[in-house]
Amino acid sequence: MNTLFDKIWDAHVVSQLEDGPSQLYIDRLYCHEVTTAQAFTGLRERGLKCFRPEQIYCMPDHNIPTHDQDKPIEDEVGRKQVATLEQNAKDFGLSYFGMNDKRNGIIHVVGPERGLSLPGMTIVCGDSHTSTHGAMGAVAFGIGTSEVEMVLASQCVLQAKPKSMRINIEGELGKGVTPKDVALYIMSQMSTSGATGYFVEYAGSTVRNMSMEGRLTLSNLTIEMGARGGFIAPDEVTFAYLKGREHAPKGEAWEKAVAYWKTLRSGEDAVFDREVTFYAKDIEPMVTYGTNPGMGMGISQHIPSLESVEASSRASFQKSLNYMGFQAGERLLGKKVDYVFCGSCTNGRIEDFRAFASLVKGKKKAPNVTCWLVPGSWMVDQQIREEGLDKVLEEAGFVLRQPGCSACLAMNDDKIPAGKLSVSTSNRNFEGRQGPGARTILASPLVAAAAAVTGVITDPCTML
Amino acid sequence: MKQKFDIIVSRCVPLPLENVDTDQIIPARFLKATDKEGFGENLFRDWRYDKEGNPVKEFVLNDPTYSGCVLVAGKNFGSGSSREHAAWAIAGYGFRVVVSSFFADIHKNNELNNFVLPVVVSEPFLARLFASIDENPKMEVKVDLPNQTITNLATGESERFEINAYKKECLMKGYDDIDYLLSKKNLIEDYESKRDMTWK
Repeated sequence: MNTLFDKIWDAHVVSQLEDGPSQLYIDRLYCHEVTTAQAFTGLRERGLKCFRPEQIYCMPDHNIPTHDQDKPIEDEVGRKQVATLEQNAKDFGLSYFGMNDKRNGIIHVVGPERGLSLPGMTIVCGDSHTSTHGAMGAVAFGIGTSEVEMVLASQCVLQAKPKSMRINIEGELGKGVTPKDVALYIMSQMSTSGATGYFVEYAGSTVRNMSMEGRLTLSNLTIEMGARGGFIAPDEVTFAYLKGREHAPKGEAWEKAVAYWKTLRSGEDAVFDREVTFYAKDIEPMVTYGTNPGMGMGISQHIPSLESVEASSRASFQKSLNYMGFQAGERLLGKKVDYVFCGSCTNGRIEDFRAFASLVKGKKKAPNVTCWLVPGSWMVDQQIREEGLDKVLEEAGFVLRQPGCSACLAMNDDKIPAGKLSVSTSNRNFEGRQGPGARTILASPLVAAAAAVTGVITDPCTML
Repeated sequence: MKQKFDIIVSRCVPLPLENVDTDQIIPARFLKATDKEGFGENLFRDWRYDKEGNPVKEFVLNDPTYSGCVLVAGKNFGSGSSREHAAWAIAGYGFRVVVSSFFADIHKNNELNNFVLPVVVSEPFLARLFASIDENPKMEVKVDLPNQTITNLATGESERFEINAYKKECLMKGYDDIDYLLSKKNLIEDYESKRDMTWK
């Protein structure tokens, strides 16, 4: 008890059902085009309006093409889905950042960068990576479309309160080791279901020393170990990041907000249902070798042998390796790579492009690699240009694309062809995630950059 | 979709794989619809059909040996995305119960919100259920929501499963959460009036 999670959750409980869920008040709802149309239809069928339209922000991101955004979306079904969101936002009086709006981008990149996601809030979206916003010190989690409809209708959801877990990460990260590697390492230790039923608070010196971008990456991936969300108590890094952002409080309201935010931390006597500690010194650049994000290893390591896997899991493990075309016990270093994708709500922020550019600077893209660099938002795109990173990338033979979810889940045209091996900074390596038959290795922007210039899986530490 | 739930006796469709993620249940390229219809046709699409769209004979949904409205899956069913389309696909195909030893949280809620009952059983119970189906694909299970029990009718083995009282009542009476929340608007307004929401 007395955890930060308890404090934020309890402050949002409108009522508690006997032997049932909490009626939880939601401060912010984000809507994208894929998981909301049916919720708006439900609202219409019941003859309802949005209960608190000013707390709801809509933007399309999944279907958005990453080129020629000034032209209509070619895919008719995708175009209709985006148009439906725009119409729903208009009909129900909600803020809408459309495809040609400079505020557009991936919803989980835009929310924090516009100051819409603030400490102490409850934030939901029909998208599992809503956990991202936890980095701001908020309780943020993904919901289904029925639950989106609940929030549209009542600004509340019915949710059972999860258990609490604290994950401490201590020590200084080694050269070439990024927050993405920390997250992939934790997942490899916890498995994809190891935190199911929990809400995670990240703590420890490694986390405190992470930038806001790094914390967003870490929180983003919490869902991949089954937890509903993960968050980080707000501190000076959070406040410095938020100050002056478009929707962040201003003037006197800012001072008052910061004073409140400073109280948002777990008590010294806080008791968690589970607590685990990891050490930065144990983490090297990571890669995945299988078809779920928990199947990860240090880039220098060997894929586990079949015998080392629990008997009941062997069939799934072998199916996974068969799909990837890898052998148990082999290493991935030196494997030829066909595609590199840098972007997504996991690694589509300015720091990720700084990292990518720092490694490819003065080198050339490998001819065998097709590389898609997709900023997470137009604001990130602008930052890239202001910092001159676009020139660095261009000189190395790379082209910057336009913002969107892109090849993370291939709902637009950015599909990795069947059988091709992709090194991706995104969040899921599920079968077919990046296109039917596509084979995905999840990694950091540095590992992606190293693969992009060498054409094979390469330890970025050897190039820094 | 609001089909009231009581007692179901059915054959089973076995899927003895772990970590079946929502991208397998319904791949992203089928998420472009703006209604809830037709998702059942694409349930497990990339395991069920080959690249040319022909049914993969070995896949369980294409195997006439198996039938019924109970899907039995390995642990950690429904991990990954929050897409409710996965629950629409399962319901649309005709499944009313999914049995596993472990479900991903968001997907579990999505099933419940679509009147599909996720039944969490112990790993030994699940292992024996798979064995029973393997031995006799015509064997049946009895899922008794009022008493919160599932029975392997081949062996007689029975286990209690958990569901909160509120959700159980919703399923049995055909109510959904929005009906409930709309009846509580006064509580919500009262809550808002007592809270500092200057950040808005």
